[in-house]
Amino acid sequence: MPKSKDTREARGRLIFGNLWEFDPAPETADPKLKPRYDLFIGGKFVRPKTEKYFDSINPGNERKLSEIALAGPADVDAAYRAASAAFKGWSALPGGERGKYLFRIARLLQDRAREFAVAETMDGGKPIKESRDFDVPMAAAHFFYHAGWADKLEYVAPGRTVKPLGVVGQVIPWNFPLLMLAWKLAPALAMGNCLVLKPAETTSITALKLAEILQDAGLPDGVVNFVTGAGETGAAVMGHPAAAKVAFTGSTEVGKAIMRQLAGTDRKMTMELGGKAANIVFDDAPIDQAVEGIVNGIFFNQGHVCCAGSRLLVQESVAERIVSKLKTRIRMLRVGDPLDKNTDLGAINSKAQLNTIKRLVASGVREGATMYQPPCVLPQRGFYFPPTLFTNVTQSHKVAREEIFGPVLSILTFRTVDEAIEKANNTPYGLSAGVWTDKGSRILRMSTELKAGVVWANTFNRFDPSSPFGGYKESGFGREGGRQGLLDYASIQ
Amino acid sequence: MSAKTMSRLSITKTPKVYIGGAFVRSESARTYKVSDAGGAFFANMPQCTRKDLRNAVEAAAKAGPGWAKRTPYNRAQILYRLAEMIEARSAELVASLVQFGARQADASKGMTVCVDRLIHYAGWADKYEQLIGSVNPVASAHFNFTVTEPMGVVGVIAPDTPPLLGLISMIAPVIACGNTVVALASEKVPYPAILLGEMLATSDLPGGVVNLLTGFRKELIPTFATHAHIRAVYAAAGDEDRRTLRLGAASSVKRVRFAAADTRWFDDSAQGLGVIRDFVELKTTWHPIGS
Repeated sequence: MPKSKDTREARGRLIFGNLWEFDPAPETADPKLKPRYDLFIGGKFVRPKTEKYFDSINPGNERKLSEIALAGPADVDAAYRAASAAFKGWSALPGGERGKYLFRIARLLQDRAREFAVAETMDGGKPIKESRDFDVPMAAAHFFYHAGWADKLEYVAPGRTVKPLGVVGQVIPWNFPLLMLAWKLAPALAMGNCLVLKPAETTSITALKLAEILQDAGLPDGVVNFVTGAGETGAAVMGHPAAAKVAFTGSTEVGKAIMRQLAGTDRKMTMELGGKAANIVFDDAPIDQAVEGIVNGIFFNQGHVCCAGSRLLVQESVAERIVSKLKTRIRMLRVGDPLDKNTDLGAINSKAQLNTIKRLVASGVREGATMYQPPCVLPQRGFYFPPTLFTNVTQSHKVAREEIFGPVLSILTFRTVDEAIEKANNTPYGLSAGVWTDKGSRILRMSTELKAGVVWANTFNRFDPSSPFGGYKESGFGREGGRQGLLDYASIQ
Repeated sequence: MSAKTMSRLSITKTPKVYIGGAFVRSESARTYKVSDAGGAFFANMPQCTRKDLRNAVEAAAKAGPGWAKRTPYNRAQILYRLAEMIEARSAELVASLVQFGARQADASKGMTVCVDRLIHYAGWADKYEQLIGSVNPVASAHFNFTVTEPMGVVGVIAPDTPPLLGLISMIAPVIACGNTVVALASEKVPYPAILLGEMLATSDLPGGVVNLLTGFRKELIPTFATHAHIRAVYAAAGDEDRRTLRLGAASSVKRVRFAAADTRWFDDSAQGLGVIRDFVELKTTWHPIGS
């Protein structure tokens, strides 16, 4: 049987494997961590009324980084009281003045960007190149973008007046701790709301470091309050009667639980939930560019991305070629110390998440899909999982239906445009999708047909403060970013 | 209908609900008795069941893609046509409202507002996109734009007062932006909705775009809440029904909007872009800019 062109290509390619190890290239900037972090309420760091603290560990080596205060209902209540007290003054400030605080926050964050990037990587496990080049600069960009809106609110809803809602309760996930915080804080503050926010329990540190910046910026006391803790604290933030609105980013399961919790109230809500995005590659796509896009789509942030391109749909005629190139490509991915500048895949955020990934991957094997993992040596300590591909996947397989939130890609094929659309939309989720093709008209056709809030064409996992982000169907409702996201924090009169 | 004053026995109409472009009785053959304001027997209304509701959702789902693909200009003209149909039969509608207890002046005023409201939303059909969507100046070589899309099948639960103006005010914005509707008419005053069905049938609105049910809220609201193919609900509802709808909505992350209890339906404040905004999804596309 004649060997395909790609197998020949692969044979001629230089793959050194572990022949020569890379020298370690750790990022050494000081993250300036405190041994213990208190709650940030009313502009001050305060001890929790529970008198309890929990450990925050570095998932890259399982060492303890710091202690985080555990907020109980009384602490959440104190945060809401501080926010309610601050609301009158903050919402009455001229928009331009509010905007200047946000500009200051953006600048102060840029000043300390490297320090924040290192802290983010140590706390959450993501590669330093991502926290340094993506998370922190993008967080600053969100503050900068929304700062400029604060004095232009009369243009947001044509013909109507917009007013802030009051105190907003927010709960954010652990995959982009600082960036999700910026997505939540910046538009809400620009509109004139006050906030009570709970970061995820495994990644609270950068929020509390940002509290230092809020102090340095002179933000009025109580405008932003951070309470830390796990699910119970989150439920208290979402359920507090003083919240005019709640905004949640996290799993669809928890989102539904919050919707049920608040069913008896008229609380406004924004839900940014899970996804199982289709990344669709047509046979006319620029193949090498597509392979890079597939890798970025699923292995960015170890696949801890709600909009990750976790279902690859490849046109049958190029499937063999793409899978072969993908296998070659992921052999080059470096899995290891998140602080190393050469690392592509860092640590899985927590032991619990690692177990979830292992469980779902095992189901893929059990259900008959074919697994491929490149040979790679994982660090002895810390939570790591190798990049993983599944071929021979059917639509009914768990790995094709459930959000894995890890570096695991399920590959399916299609023949026609209609089949691609049908398969892509065959999911209760609808957060994002990717299309790879050389044809502009096909991009627009696909974009029209795909039931997803964000469609990336010949790119994936791109974000911008001006670009609204959010889902269809069970991926949630409401948008973050752009004029549309801003409006979700307004009362339209 | 009292025959006392008539010299000949009149032919009374058997009320039928309008589902999938056809006039049908409930699949269960159940009815409930409706009396006019004076307490005299008026007619047996279809007491629609959960099965009727599911059938209506199926009809709405089938009509959805075609309706969504109509050009905004075409949707605008069809809504305008519906207003024409209603205007022409407004005397009959006013009489039906008065028969069920509305004051003559209110019924007449309400009728003109119904027609004007349809015209208002007919005009929106090809304008909301430019106000809700946007082109976004991202910091990369992409043409990034946000457009709206209809949500799909939307459940509408109309208020008891005003029964017809409330129903029309809730349906019009939802279909103007390309959704299809399954609506539950006022339980107390369902007859104007039966007449509206006849006007829908003679407008150019494709069958299945608007489906009207009569029956008991208590029986049907739980299914409006939980039916996964109903992607959004727009309801005039009290606290208990709101809770039921929100609880059911959680299981499929359904969008829910409630008409405020103090909505001034006769007033211009009861219409506008805000309702349309709540029944569209926003889709953002990153299109590459070639080198």
